[in-house]
Amino acid sequence: MATGLFLQAEEQPWILWDWLFTHLSRFTDAMQQHVELTFIAVAIALVISIPLGVGAHRWRSVRNPAYVVFGIFYTIPSIALFALLIPYTGLSITTAEIGLVGYSVLIILRNVVVGLDSVPPDVIDAANGMGYRPMARLMRVELPLALPAIFAGVRIATVTTIGLVTITAVIGLGGLGQLILQGLVDDFRTPLVVATALSVALALVADLLLAGMQRLAVPWSRGA
Amino acid sequence: MAAIESLFKWFAAPSHWSGPDGIPTRLLEHIQISAEAVAIGAVIALPIGIVLGHYGRLGNLAINVSNVGRALPSFGILVIAFQIFGLGDLPIILSLTALAIPPMVTNSYVGLSEVDPDIKDAARGMGYRELAQLLRVELPLAVPLVMAGIRTSAVQVVATATLAALIAGGGFGRYIIDGLAQYDYTKLFAGAVLVAFLALATELSLAGLERLLTPRGIRLVKVNATRRATTFKTA
Repeated sequence: MATGLFLQAEEQPWILWDWLFTHLSRFTDAMQQHVELTFIAVAIALVISIPLGVGAHRWRSVRNPAYVVFGIFYTIPSIALFALLIPYTGLSITTAEIGLVGYSVLIILRNVVVGLDSVPPDVIDAANGMGYRPMARLMRVELPLALPAIFAGVRIATVTTIGLVTITAVIGLGGLGQLILQGLVDDFRTPLVVATALSVALALVADLLLAGMQRLAVPWSRGA
Repeated sequence: MAAIESLFKWFAAPSHWSGPDGIPTRLLEHIQISAEAVAIGAVIALPIGIVLGHYGRLGNLAINVSNVGRALPSFGILVIAFQIFGLGDLPIILSLTALAIPPMVTNSYVGLSEVDPDIKDAARGMGYRELAQLLRVELPLAVPLVMAGIRTSAVQVVATATLAALIAGGGFGRYIIDGLAQYDYTKLFAGAVLVAFLALATELSLAGLERLLTPRGIRLVKVNATRRATTFKTA
């Protein structure tokens, strides 16, 4: 902590490498929390969005309210949302995840609906003609064809969530955001710069990993 | 509900409606800084997106710029800008402008590049020069997505401007950050309500403007632009 204060008067370097190498564990711990918060958010959002997206694809009476509710939720800035939740859920992971999950649901939900809407009617007819029941048709024909769109949604949600996790630093979490906050409070550039760069890198690596998974899971969707 | 009651009391107190920390002052600060960032961002982003979309070039770049924008942690960008430029509006406006650019580039690119080639041919056949064709045929058809880009940017800028309070900026974020620091949960809650309303008001008023600017002829044909626009959330 004090390191930053001593350097403040003089020109402070952007990265103090000695300090960085002696405090590496802080970065790995923060990164681990960052990945956990992101993974929980996107996983729960996926579990909610797929059934909701199937419903929204079938029934207008589900689609419109779902879009309106999650659309309003998505518009609320995360810091305001966390502040609104604090009286109920306190400074906790629950508070952070309610926001992160809600935002991801909107992103993935839209893509699930777009993916299901774009299944050609001929394919549905063919599946019906082959004797598929509605549930089997959904699981074995429609959802697989919607996978490229769903993957695209998961990728956007993951990258978005990794960026938003840093803001949860104001409610005591933050992953890499903690180190950004520390950089701000102590006027110390090293944790600030390194954590910001790591957050960008984490988002890009996660996006590439998901793109790789998409290639394996849906090899016919190259370039989608 | 004690929390709701104290919230009403907070809003009813005349002292919260005047002076440098009063709601009108904070509202103006918030709107002013957001409007400046969106305006500068639009001047940079819209010509780029429109020209790339018109020629159908560099589509990957125009679309990936939003992906990179999403990956940038707005909080880190604000604090780094603060380290470079020090106190004042400059670091805040620069960071917000940087975050405002990607959705406007991507959405205006998509809007322009999706204009039906037959329509472009027809315009050419009717004798439109390239610039007239762009301004009087393609741009009106792309209005829903161009406006959706501006709206997405504006809502995110308003949201991110809240974080500016962390680097000593004004706006409604002050109530949230000060409320947290002072354990004044009523102030925190009031600030959150104000920020949420401002973001929703921005969304709704720009959606209204979008509807006004959309040519009557394409209102019926176009699928809801909101649902086609690139999602973008930085704060």
